[in-house]
Amino acid sequence: MSLLVNKVQNLLQSLGKGFLSNVEAFGRGSLFMWSLLLAIPSVFFRFDLLLKQIYVAGVLSLPIILMAGLFIGMVLSLQGYTILVKFSAEEAVGTMTALSLLREIGPVVGGLLFAGRAGSALTAEIGLMRSTEQISALEMMAVDPLKFVYAPRFLAMIIALPLLVLIFNALGVFGGYLVSVSWLGVDSGAFWSQMSSEVDWREDVVNGMIKSVAFGFLIAIVALFQGVNAIPTSEGVSNATTRTVVHASLGILGLDFVLTSVMFT
Amino acid sequence: MTESTETLIEIKNLTFSRGSRKIFDDITLSIPKGKITAIMGPSGSGKTTLLKLIAGQLKPDSGKVTVEGLNVHQLSRKKIYQLRRKMGMLFQSGALLTDLNVFDNVAFPLREHTKLPEEMLEALVLMKLQAVGLRGAKHLMPSELSGGMSRRVALARGIALDPEMIFYDEPFVGQDPITKGVLVKLIKTLNDSLDLTSVMVSHDVDEVMMIADYICVVSEGKLIAQGTKEEMLKESTGYVNQFIKGLPDGPVPFHFPTVSYVEDLTSSNKSSLL
Repeated sequence: MSLLVNKVQNLLQSLGKGFLSNVEAFGRGSLFMWSLLLAIPSVFFRFDLLLKQIYVAGVLSLPIILMAGLFIGMVLSLQGYTILVKFSAEEAVGTMTALSLLREIGPVVGGLLFAGRAGSALTAEIGLMRSTEQISALEMMAVDPLKFVYAPRFLAMIIALPLLVLIFNALGVFGGYLVSVSWLGVDSGAFWSQMSSEVDWREDVVNGMIKSVAFGFLIAIVALFQGVNAIPTSEGVSNATTRTVVHASLGILGLDFVLTSVMFT
Repeated sequence: MTESTETLIEIKNLTFSRGSRKIFDDITLSIPKGKITAIMGPSGSGKTTLLKLIAGQLKPDSGKVTVEGLNVHQLSRKKIYQLRRKMGMLFQSGALLTDLNVFDNVAFPLREHTKLPEEMLEALVLMKLQAVGLRGAKHLMPSELSGGMSRRVALARGIALDPEMIFYDEPFVGQDPITKGVLVKLIKTLNDSLDLTSVMVSHDVDEVMMIADYICVVSEGKLIAQGTKEEMLKESTGYVNQFIKGLPDGPVPFHFPTVSYVEDLTSSNKSSLL
């Protein structure tokens, strides 16, 4: 009997412990985010740092974004064509490709790729900077890592992702054009005119951009938080990198549902 | 400690714990100005933590640390960063910024905190590099340096802003005898020529004995002894004697505490081993 009571007690204890540590992590995350937001204005006085990070997060992510955008646009229009042609509506394939890309696939797939490419790199970089005491050294040189390291990277990710998503979308539409017009013989005029009449600037393009800014924010905060809280060993940094990709990806998918339900219903 | 020495850093009733483990338990010590003070103790006795507490990177559970009369842990973030400009720290790994070469690493604090023209900055950096004997390595990246060279570059960076005090975190660990000799000489020369206050955390007794003016010994969260080098050497019993002479047995037993040997071998109940 007492054994059972003990087991139940232990279970309750570990439950409580888990809950408390989660609450604590959430609190620390919120505090970190707050101090990060307060440090953002300082970035505007250090444009060199921001530009370098935009290059690292944005320009270096270009190859994967270009390739992915092109292929996803091609696949979308190929699938779209095979369905639409049954209803003799194959000229709508341009509209379909563009709307799927702008509203959903661009921000979501772009965000997922960005989390894998730039988010993981950021976590690993910060984790290693901490484990090699570079962050401590900055503090000791009276250079605030919040302003010098974290804030420029944070802002750079929020700026880079929407730009990458724009490029992703453009390449996707071009891929769709290649497949449906050049290969499957859809009329070029119909492809473009239907697309431009159906796609709305505010409703589709701007909403998609708002999504990508939100995803950029999410990825940046997850990657930074994981990097800053990584256990400073090789295993700790590797775990933190994995967590960044998993948490950011799931976060993007969940947030996308919320945003879609607010924007498009 | 003589009465005439001015105290720069004062630690009073400091208690600090990590999780449930008490790293420091009511430690009180003072560090005199212009001297080399060594804080010694076995590995894992929290010596590095002590440096971080002095620099305000960690907050104690209770007690206070005053540097130049200022209570470090009650300063605002801005004030503490101002105070740190007067501090240099040499980390165990060197902690150079890996994306900058040797020259830019040393120039980094100057570029961040001053608006010196580039020619003057270059002259200053070369002077600091000359002091540590690495002017010829200014174009190398940190990954191309040996451990000892990294530490010397980090030392040049540490003195770039002409600090008043400098902290050394295990400066001799893992270095070959020549590098140790170089570091010993550098620490002593810099301390005397730049009128620094040096605080050195180390367990390398020989090197410390060569240059330290004062020695504090910490173990298991307590300050065991504090005094001049000569006073330490005079100790013939107890923990300090064992530590300084590196004796395998003494107040710190050779055997990890457990049941008696005989009992362990003869007991039929082997679960006591667990």
